[in-house]
Amino acid sequence: MADHILLRHRDISDFDELDVYLEHGGFEALKQVVTSKTPQEVIDVVKASGLRGRGGAGFPTGVKWSFLTPGVFPRYVVANADESEPGTFKDREILEHNPYQFLEGVAICAYAAQANTAYVYCRGEFWDLAHELENKINALHKAELLGKGLFGTDYALEIHVYLGAGAYICGEETALLESMEGMLGQPRLRPPFPAAQGLYAKPTVVNNVETLTNLPPIIIRGADWYRSIGTERSTGPKVFCLSGNVERPGNYELPLGTPFRELIYEHGGGIPGGRRIKALLPAGASAPLLPATDEVLDTPMDYESVPEVGSQLGSASIIVIDETVNIAWLAYKTTRFFEHESCGKCTPCREGTYWMYHLLQRIERGEAALEDIDLLDAVAQGMEGKCLCALGEFAIMPVISGIKHFRADFEARIRNGR
Amino acid sequence: MLAEKYSSEIKSILAKYPADRKRSAVLPLMYLAQCEYGAVTSGSMVEIANLLDIDVTQVASLIGFYTLLYDKPGGKYRIQICTDLPCALRGAEEFAHELCDRLGILLGETTPDGTISVEEVMCLAACDGVPMFQVQAPDGIYYHELQTVESALAVIDELRKRDDDG
Repeated sequence: MADHILLRHRDISDFDELDVYLEHGGFEALKQVVTSKTPQEVIDVVKASGLRGRGGAGFPTGVKWSFLTPGVFPRYVVANADESEPGTFKDREILEHNPYQFLEGVAICAYAAQANTAYVYCRGEFWDLAHELENKINALHKAELLGKGLFGTDYALEIHVYLGAGAYICGEETALLESMEGMLGQPRLRPPFPAAQGLYAKPTVVNNVETLTNLPPIIIRGADWYRSIGTERSTGPKVFCLSGNVERPGNYELPLGTPFRELIYEHGGGIPGGRRIKALLPAGASAPLLPATDEVLDTPMDYESVPEVGSQLGSASIIVIDETVNIAWLAYKTTRFFEHESCGKCTPCREGTYWMYHLLQRIERGEAALEDIDLLDAVAQGMEGKCLCALGEFAIMPVISGIKHFRADFEARIRNGR
Repeated sequence: MLAEKYSSEIKSILAKYPADRKRSAVLPLMYLAQCEYGAVTSGSMVEIANLLDIDVTQVASLIGFYTLLYDKPGGKYRIQICTDLPCALRGAEEFAHELCDRLGILLGETTPDGTISVEEVMCLAACDGVPMFQVQAPDGIYYHELQTVESALAVIDELRKRDDDG
């Protein structure tokens, strides 16, 4: 991709300064929508663009907005900046280096949702970033790009930053809303969905940072332009997070539909030390592991193609695993994460992650019997489809897929002790 | 008392939320208490509960839920190293252990002078900057990426100096 659309700060220096952002067309999109489009027209453009949520679910953004209960006010927009999926670090780059494009996206979304208040929910660890973001919001107030009477209209918007305090589950949108209300950050039973009863039981849009950062260019350059990038059903650019056993880990903005192989070998420089690739996790810890066959490596990274080979694109956080890694250890690491982060609200996840972790610890310590592999698999299968939110459903994926594709690794760990 | 020392901060925190939804301010107020006392003390929990018209247990329950909040002070500076999968694949576990060896403590422990705790934490969204850690200090949380044991020790020396000066 010649010029970045989302990571524009890589092409233009000091892009995190308001005057630089304005020199390069910043806030033209917000001005255009506020002064010349109805909220419905904005929703229609976003729907036509095909933009899908970049937080992991891939749900069409404009469609999500159109579910807002008509006639009920106030409404809220919440930007989900609780980026915590292992292997995911794209929102942090956007917030740090391209904050104004993100904030302009928040404002466009708020206008479309007819909300006058928006919140940015940052994970607590983004303390420094969150305070910097507050400075940026103050700068927008001074420039009269936030506040009352925007662009001479009667539209008013305030954006506030909310700092979480360390809980992966708060990335789940209803847990995030609970957390913002001062409760334990535990998921709500749905329905009702946030579009009907979200923050303070009012209609609410919750969108990921990267999703919102797509909005200014969509408004300025149009839905047809956006659809010309990516594939027919997975449109637009995506920031792919590449990590693990790869020469050049980092964020890579590429069109959706770029094959894994191009990301890992052309952009990421391949596997260090001439070692061979063994497997990859395409969506952080939250999707099935894929053995790195030629078929998998040649799969386009989009919302349709990755499921066809047995996994999910999710937040597009590709963790590369080389031949030196034992997959039982990998499952131990991901399960340790989910056991720690399970919120404890629903029994299958709370108990299931505990027992999976217990068994994997036993395997790691060389104290397990071969039958423990089937027991582990049974615990994981027993959780499937029974958890209140996606966390529990995700927790089992590296375990089940790990045993399915790399059972010999588990057996070796058990036979050889450590 | 927080209410006297930080009255303007508390006012601006509360102003961000609807008047009948001030419970939303509980996390910001707990951060305020923790920055002041090194932990959310039982006295500050009572004060926060009173400010927000909620029960003390409703404040206290959040401490066990969120990893960045504490009811007891640890080392003044908490060195929190990510050893989650992407970091572990790039040597973070070895880094954590070597750093602890050099400090003469085990992971999870605090140095005898009470200034530095070293802890393992879950993913910090910096998987391209391994080894990395955050420093949770009384005045905030700061990231340090692409570290070596030597550079981490230099960061720790700086923190200790800051502490002596301050």
